Amino acid sequence: MSQRVPIRATAKMKELMGFYYMMAKSAENDPNQKIAWITSGGPVEILHAAGVIPIYPENVAAMAGTMKISDEICAIAEEQGFSRDLCSYARTDIGSALSGKGPIMGSASPKPDLLVCCNNICGTVTKWYEELQRIFNVPLIFIDAPFQYGIKDRPEAIDYMEAQLRRMMEQVSEVTGKPFDMDKFMETLELSDRAVKLWREIQDLLQHKPAPMNSFDTFIHLAPIVTLRGTQGCIEYYETLKAELLERIEQGIGTLEKEEYRLGWDNLPVWFKIKFLSERFSQHNAALVVSTYTRSFCYQAEDRDISNPLRAMSADYLAGYINHGLDFRERELTEMVRDFSLDGFVMHSNRSCRAYSFGQYELARTLEDKYGVPVLLIEADQNDTRMWSDEQVGNRIDAFMERVASKKQRNIA
Amino acid sequence: MSAYYVMGLDIGSATAKAVLLDESGYSLAFAVRPTRGRLVQSAEEVKQEILAHTGVSEEAVKAIITTGYGRDIVQNKTKSLTEITCHARGAYATMPNIRFVIDIGGQDSKAILLEPDGQVGRFEMNDKCAAGTGRFLEVMARTLGIHLDEMGDMAIHSEKYSKISSTCTVFAESEVISLLAQGEEIPAVVSGLCRAIAERVYGLASRVGITPPIMMTGGVAKNKGVVNWLSRILNQEMIIPPEPQIIGALGAGIMGLEMIKKSNEKMNIITQNT
Repeated sequence: MSQRVPIRATAKMKELMGFYYMMAKSAENDPNQKIAWITSGGPVEILHAAGVIPIYPENVAAMAGTMKISDEICAIAEEQGFSRDLCSYARTDIGSALSGKGPIMGSASPKPDLLVCCNNICGTVTKWYEELQRIFNVPLIFIDAPFQYGIKDRPEAIDYMEAQLRRMMEQVSEVTGKPFDMDKFMETLELSDRAVKLWREIQDLLQHKPAPMNSFDTFIHLAPIVTLRGTQGCIEYYETLKAELLERIEQGIGTLEKEEYRLGWDNLPVWFKIKFLSERFSQHNAALVVSTYTRSFCYQAEDRDISNPLRAMSADYLAGYINHGLDFRERELTEMVRDFSLDGFVMHSNRSCRAYSFGQYELARTLEDKYGVPVLLIEADQNDTRMWSDEQVGNRIDAFMERVASKKQRNIA
Repeated sequence: MSAYYVMGLDIGSATAKAVLLDESGYSLAFAVRPTRGRLVQSAEEVKQEILAHTGVSEEAVKAIITTGYGRDIVQNKTKSLTEITCHARGAYATMPNIRFVIDIGGQDSKAILLEPDGQVGRFEMNDKCAAGTGRFLEVMARTLGIHLDEMGDMAIHSEKYSKISSTCTVFAESEVISLLAQGEEIPAVVSGLCRAIAERVYGLASRVGITPPIMMTGGVAKNKGVVNWLSRILNQEMIIPPEPQIIGALGAGIMGLEMIKKSNEKMNIITQNT
């Protein structure tokens, strides 16, 4: 059997992320270097422009998940009375903040001087960040992103976002004690824009058959776009990765010995079961080639005004997949089916992320009935291993793949 | 006499089932035995039982297709397939107009929509607990001090039914004990338990989209109480095959037969071309 050809850029990413966390950790005791904790959908460009180091509790929680220490940290939050029904990222983060335990060089994230919370990813973050404020007693900036029910985003919502981002600049400058540098900000927006476009191009390369990497890889290569967008390092990294993927396409290198079936993935990964899932789908010659999750970090508003970068940014932070209703989601999913030649969709009904999982049954029905796309729903959790059973999930995957295979054979015959 | 035979083995969490088919797809015999946690051994036992019963030699069995929870640990198998595929295939072979299968086995329950040509459409399985499965009834029979096989008749002859609010096996057990302490009669409790399972399966079936005619398979289909409640709640007739427990093994056997025929066709094409 041919060995899987590893992606060389992974080593570079580990180096980049390792450096970033080391820098952040060493800044903890430097009173001149400010640190902010921010939600994954938060407007980080303002922080980079002001020289504030951003830390993403969600990213740190996912690291704890892949390192399989999240259960233990969640239990600390549960002991303090946080419900098991609360998002496992929130429990991991709060447990980590309370105990000092975490995945960054064996400990928790460096303490924040500032908290930035944007509710364009879910409502839970609002209360979660209030809890962090209570623990750390530092300023909390809250950006309220109105949920967009229709396909087209509302202009008054963009106005509202823009006003909040302007206010955020003032609030950040109060924390740093320096005036907000507009030129540096425009430069940062430019860098962020380039990184976002690169990240989309990289994912679009997976439309190629065989796909040069799969979604289990994109889950891992997502880290820089989440944490470092707006920096030069982020762009350099994705340029390297893109070049390597183009090379793999040229040489016909895929991720499976034989890529027979192509699938999409919806919702967050099950961080502690990446290997299990990857192997199980590989056994059926199935590659996951696109995910709504990794694409969430490259949404740009459709009619963004590029002559006004702040306005475009305000629109972009409303434009994500999970800040939208079902019509938008249906359109996105069906475009993925078409563009990535998918044979089916796997939906992770994620106990932790209700904002993401809501409507999945309806979307699954729509994909099945309207478009004839087989859908598998897996009940699990992004970070809580107690919600998982190898046997049950494996069985569902096997049954689903038997169905997908027989459907494809029928279509060929 | 048949030139060859095919065996379907369904190694479930509670019972092991075997079906032997001849080359025309005629089912010669079947066997069912409790698994009792010994999957490999029970698989071998049902296999030997059926061979001894029919007098067919092991060499004449051209394919063994396994399914069920223990499908992968059976040795000397030709192929393993999931219960979803096998139950759908078995139900379709029993009655070709079937569009929906509800299978309640020892530790899981499934709802499967069949395409008009018998292919598997959407399906759902119960979540990570034994509620709404055979195991639930087993535990409750033990708590009530009655035999599992008595439950069905007891339920359908009871005019009253107790309201069991919990379908969690652990919580329901305490609920049952407290009902008995309050003087509730056993048949009413049994009927209430059957209703609780039916309600649970109804949720599962609705997510898939209930499409009659509906066939019920698996060991629990032998429980008249559950069948009765399901047809009332779904407002549909439940079609119960003569041996609902062996439908998965039957489907596995048929899939094996189809595999052999397909590979024979291929061989014929190759021989004709050379």
